[in-house]
Amino acid sequence: MAEALLAIDDLRVQFDRGEDEVFAVNGVSFSIAEGEALGIVGESGSGKSVTLMSALGLIRENGKIKSGTAKFQGHDLLKMRPRQLEDIRGRDIGVVFQDPMTSLNPVMRIGDQIMESMLTHQYAGRREAFERTLQLLHEMGIPEPKARFRNYPHEFSGGMRQRIMIAIALACEPQLLIADEPTTALDVTVQMQILALLQEQRQKKRMSIAIITHDFGVATNFCDRIIVLYAGQIMEMADTRQFLRQPAHPYTVGLKNSIIEIGQRDRQLSPIPGMAPTLTEPPKSCSFASRCPFATERCRSELPALREISPNHHVACHRAEEVLAHAI
Amino acid sequence: MPSSPLLQVEEVSKRFRVQGRDLHAVEKVSFQLDAGKTMGLVGESGSGKSTLGRLVLRLLDANEGRILFDGKDITSLSPKQMRPLRRDMQIIFQDPQASMSPRMTIGAAIEDAMAIHNIGTKAERQKRVDELLERVGLPTVVKYAFPHELSGGQLQRVGIARALSLNPKLVICDEPISALDVSIQVQVIQLLQELQKDFNLTYIFISHNLAVVEYLSDQVAVLYLGEVVEQGPAEELFANPTHPYTQVLLQSILKMPDDTEKRQALTSIQGEIPSPFNPPSGCTFHPRCPFATDVCREKKPERKVVGNQHSVTCHLAN
Repeated sequence: MAEALLAIDDLRVQFDRGEDEVFAVNGVSFSIAEGEALGIVGESGSGKSVTLMSALGLIRENGKIKSGTAKFQGHDLLKMRPRQLEDIRGRDIGVVFQDPMTSLNPVMRIGDQIMESMLTHQYAGRREAFERTLQLLHEMGIPEPKARFRNYPHEFSGGMRQRIMIAIALACEPQLLIADEPTTALDVTVQMQILALLQEQRQKKRMSIAIITHDFGVATNFCDRIIVLYAGQIMEMADTRQFLRQPAHPYTVGLKNSIIEIGQRDRQLSPIPGMAPTLTEPPKSCSFASRCPFATERCRSELPALREISPNHHVACHRAEEVLAHAI
Repeated sequence: MPSSPLLQVEEVSKRFRVQGRDLHAVEKVSFQLDAGKTMGLVGESGSGKSTLGRLVLRLLDANEGRILFDGKDITSLSPKQMRPLRRDMQIIFQDPQASMSPRMTIGAAIEDAMAIHNIGTKAERQKRVDELLERVGLPTVVKYAFPHELSGGQLQRVGIARALSLNPKLVICDEPISALDVSIQVQVIQLLQELQKDFNLTYIFISHNLAVVEYLSDQVAVLYLGEVVEQGPAEELFANPTHPYTQVLLQSILKMPDDTEKRQALTSIQGEIPSPFNPPSGCTFHPRCPFATDVCREKKPERKVVGNQHSVTCHLAN
């Protein structure tokens, strides 16, 4: 495996809610290799966004990073001063959010917003930044870049706005692009266009992408490797191939079975019972045990460690081997 | 027992007047729906599927066409004449949080509709609230809670309980699972299926999720720019998708592959849904259609029957 571009180690994040604290990220460790596309999947509250956003210094004020490191090219982002982090964010690490309308400045021409990122990071001079903006708009599939440069965000459709967000994120040729539910708000035909665009850019620039998504279809078709988060912990981490062929965590298996695909009219549904917990104290046992068909006394009393059950396949389940045998 | 369909929608159109211009939201849509069955409406944003749902409920008035409910023409009934019928038609929304008063307890929210329609005594209504909560899989203590104290999935169950409180015949489900997590979606789908069987409910299921629509529906209509481009029995339509737009929609869904070698190529058609203020000439799909010919650009296609109750609005279908 290539060298790690970003290595997150034992990250713990808590949110203060006044009357109690929420343990949102509970000892998460993983890395993203150069050129890799990593999928981080999970349901709401699983910590999938908080994990990466806290590494970038982008969590709400009531959030506290309790421990851990997040080394980008060897330098710990969590120890950096805000100015240093700002330098990296937008230059070396580009970010795309779910809702482009709330991320773009509504009163600034989109061309200026794309240029701004290059000028702030002294990536290019005005003339060069202008030319590159036109080039980026063209690459993003926005027709008539010269005319569109002068338009405001509201003059674009949702799909076009997401292309502009991607143009901003890619302007300084980052080594890592973090895309947080980049296609969730979009229609399927537009989702396909955006993913094709991201893939093309990734191949052309040899850039790493971390895509945060709740959509297994997106993750499995786009990514090299997949991490499944639940209650702020990694439940399973595997190459996409292993993830598809040999899911070894009961939660992964349950989630995969929860997805209704085309051509399944006669299928029986087998929902995962219950709902995901909100942890107000650190987990001491398996957080999934109460919903798990495999759970035993041990699962309810002992926190399973994330262990490697085969090369590059990590699972946090006491009974992973039995799940594997059972699922086939 | 032969009977007329519960719902008949005939050539219904809706235009919105926006800043002096006409927006064609729904154009000449027709379908019939038998009691106890499900009609799936699919299409991307702006296709008119939610507007169509609201037209059926008479929350919006159609500009043209007729809507018959239980054999009765309700197209131009006054609000007062509509009121008794409202008990029979209910709606479940995408965002249950937004569709509930934040200051009303869950119990009060469910009881409210019964109180408005003067059903039962206070005690009877409260007993019914308990029954409904249990039926949708929630503990009865939930009635004392406020909406913000529940999760999205729990709130959607409350939304379903509230819709059921009046024993409706028809329930419009407008993207009822889109805001929910995958594991919760399946729970809600299963609940909707059970309730349909138990109470012989008729559903209009509006969703952009084609797989779920296929799974739940007996009939399906695919909408594009306010027009039905293809409709028919779900089984037949998904087995033989005939309109190029239906085909494109199906190809755009990212299925989870069995293995990495079977991954989908990330390619799709260009362009987006055009402005409904200024729909393209001829077939409205022609600018994005890979098969478009001159006739598609010039002439509006007619609806053609291509199979058993399966019809397609495309020049190239035969």
